[in-house]
Amino acid sequence: MSVPVRRFDAVIVGGGGAGLRAALQLSEAGLKTAVLSKVFPTRSHTVAAQGGISASLGNVQEDRWDWHMYDTVKGSDWLGDQDAIEFMCRKAPEAVIELEHFGMPFDRLENGKIYQRPFGGHMANFGKTPVQRACAVADRTGHAMLHTLYQRNVRANTQFFVEWMALDLIRDADGDVVGVTALEMETGEISVLHAKAVLFATGGAGRIFSASTNAFINTGDGLGMTIRAGIPLEDMEFWQFHPTGVAGAGVLITEGVRGEGGILLNCNGERFMERYAPNAKDLASRDVVSRAMAVEIYEGRGCGKNKDHVLLKLDHLGPEIINQRLPGIREIAIKFAGVDPIKEPIPVVPTCHYQMGGIPTNYKGEVVAPKGDNPEDRVNGFYAAGECACASVHGANRLGTNSLLDLVVFGKSAGESMIEFIRNERPAHKPLPENAADYSLSRIARLENQTNGEEVADVRTAMQQVVQRHAGVFRTQEVLEEGVKQIKAVAERVKRTQIKDKSQVWNTARIEALEMDNLIEVALATLISAEARKESRGAHARDDFPDRNDETWMKHTLYSREDFKLSYKPVHNQPLTVDYIAPQKRVY
Amino acid sequence: MEKMRFSLYRYNPDKDAKPYMQDIEVEVDATDVKLLDALVKLKAVDDTLSFRRSCREGICGSDAMNINGKNGLACVTDLRSLKQPITLRPLPGLPVIRDLIVDMTQFFKQYHSIKPYVVNDTPAPERERLQSPEDRKELDGLYECILCACCSTSCPSFWWNPDKFVGPAGLLAAYRFIADTRDTITSERLDNLEDPYRLFRCHTIMNCVDVCPKGLNPTKAIGKIKDLMVRRAV
Repeated sequence: MSVPVRRFDAVIVGGGGAGLRAALQLSEAGLKTAVLSKVFPTRSHTVAAQGGISASLGNVQEDRWDWHMYDTVKGSDWLGDQDAIEFMCRKAPEAVIELEHFGMPFDRLENGKIYQRPFGGHMANFGKTPVQRACAVADRTGHAMLHTLYQRNVRANTQFFVEWMALDLIRDADGDVVGVTALEMETGEISVLHAKAVLFATGGAGRIFSASTNAFINTGDGLGMTIRAGIPLEDMEFWQFHPTGVAGAGVLITEGVRGEGGILLNCNGERFMERYAPNAKDLASRDVVSRAMAVEIYEGRGCGKNKDHVLLKLDHLGPEIINQRLPGIREIAIKFAGVDPIKEPIPVVPTCHYQMGGIPTNYKGEVVAPKGDNPEDRVNGFYAAGECACASVHGANRLGTNSLLDLVVFGKSAGESMIEFIRNERPAHKPLPENAADYSLSRIARLENQTNGEEVADVRTAMQQVVQRHAGVFRTQEVLEEGVKQIKAVAERVKRTQIKDKSQVWNTARIEALEMDNLIEVALATLISAEARKESRGAHARDDFPDRNDETWMKHTLYSREDFKLSYKPVHNQPLTVDYIAPQKRVY
Repeated sequence: MEKMRFSLYRYNPDKDAKPYMQDIEVEVDATDVKLLDALVKLKAVDDTLSFRRSCREGICGSDAMNINGKNGLACVTDLRSLKQPITLRPLPGLPVIRDLIVDMTQFFKQYHSIKPYVVNDTPAPERERLQSPEDRKELDGLYECILCACCSTSCPSFWWNPDKFVGPAGLLAAYRFIADTRDTITSERLDNLEDPYRLFRCHTIMNCVDVCPKGLNPTKAIGKIKDLMVRRAV
């Protein structure tokens, strides 16, 4: 069956921060660029980021990019690649200044410079004292950044395909990437988008958990497409649990609350973080704070009638600071927790928030996969940036505000790499393989013709329950093994999903079924990678292996779909220009 | 578990000759607190029900709809505050594609028409352009718009002239850039609105203010643009 073919220099899948930053680079270079997005770009999940974007501008106190780099390496629990981390932290000031020049409405200091607030793990002088490094637009930094980037793309005349869902990656006989297949939601039509270079900027897959700060659209579409195309996923056992999701609702409360002076209390009214992180206290790294909260709750010092959460107190900041710096938080607390934080504390629990792993790339945004003896052979024509990618700058645990930074630094760097590739290596399109859309069409046909199948909502709930129970804040061999068994059983059910809605126009049942195909790949990768890693590092905390084991486990996991195979590759311990930051015990 | 009654606007162009209202009940739990929670339950029962949604916390602007006669976001609307049967219709004034999904082309076209980006053609300094906290404060209440279209689709002037009247969301954005001390093309921006329709179709009915889920005030912003127009005329 033939489908329409549309031809572009570059195709970008995803209209969040990374996709839009890359698109700007490509459009301004005069390349014919298409951005596909499941939602109107300003509805991408970048919009929900709150606290800030980090850069060592030094607007409040002295700061240096190599201090930022040290914090990021330490935050990553020495799983981050130090070349990529150096690249990001060096570029940070320039990236933030550029956003300001684009018109981003940063808060200001009295002297007119960008306002910076304290944040978890942000320290001066190689981990010594807290420093104000998070550049903020109140507690709506992601919203302001995403809208600014969209606006800038309007100015650059970027071509958007709004409410299009990419279905599969197209690779030719050489393994090179030459395009994607995609579904236009309004018509139900399938097309091939033929490109010289393809960028995935599809975001995370936090919806594999039942309790998540993530939006409904965060279904790991880029990861599903990548692994179905035979490229392994990296470090998928590492999921960040944000300490402060609203209990019950899961909605995010920014770490910026604690940056501004908010504190966590247990049922005795004790500021318990003083016991777990005597120096940084409530502003220790997220994995550390989340685990401390989980211990408090587990040991019976949780709050509320079920003793199942702790309290985030900020009323002592006073109404002025709360209304000026944290207005969105106040709004969320009132709407989703039923409390006004000017008067009462907010009930919070650790909630799945961010995927550290993803599509393996280098710091240029090029996707890399093992080939022969080379663990990082470039996949020609394929790029990834943002949460879907693993560069790896976040390693085993991401520092707050490094995610927005990641989007703009690696979005731009991927865009630049694509321009270079298109100009120097692939000035003409590589031909599409015959029947390039057949695989996607067969997936759609399977869904249309399925009888006696499974309801999408049922298998999704089943998957979320397995991941929530078996890949949470604390993990053990027994829990993980059982999780692997159960998720494989759910995966069998996903092969037989069925929908009642067979119409073409805006068939959201079909979209959800296709998203489920992606989610389950991520859930499998998560549990299988986690079961194998027998140490505790960053967000991967095992009761049965409580310590980090650098000798055996300072390496990246690669998970392949074929036979659920795992392999490993070394961490890059050679920064670009500075000295290697050797592993230390991680204390905050 | 409790049952809640809904009356839903349904239209599927693949099979319906015309739209109809569907009466339907759904069982909700105590944990279903927002209208969107109930919609997700409804969709689990009948997967043909179509609506947009994403962030579920009132920041992405996807799930705007007409709820018991008033525009709002399903994800921040308290389910139990609504009188039953809860009547849900697509946003008024825009073409309906399917069920609660409208075609927002015209809305975004108006937004794009105001040049929604800071223009400053002086050479960019090495560091940030400075802006005082007071000047930055002028942008509060403007930049927070989420483009949900609740306001524009509640405005009679926009219903009558969606192709000519910029509408409250677009005008709020227009003033956001006029008010930004870093933007240097205020007079061009005013020229762009100097027209019997683009700005002056606003008759201060204030439906926009009444429905904005972010508590913004487009009417006030429109008033400020009108003031600037008057001031530069004299």
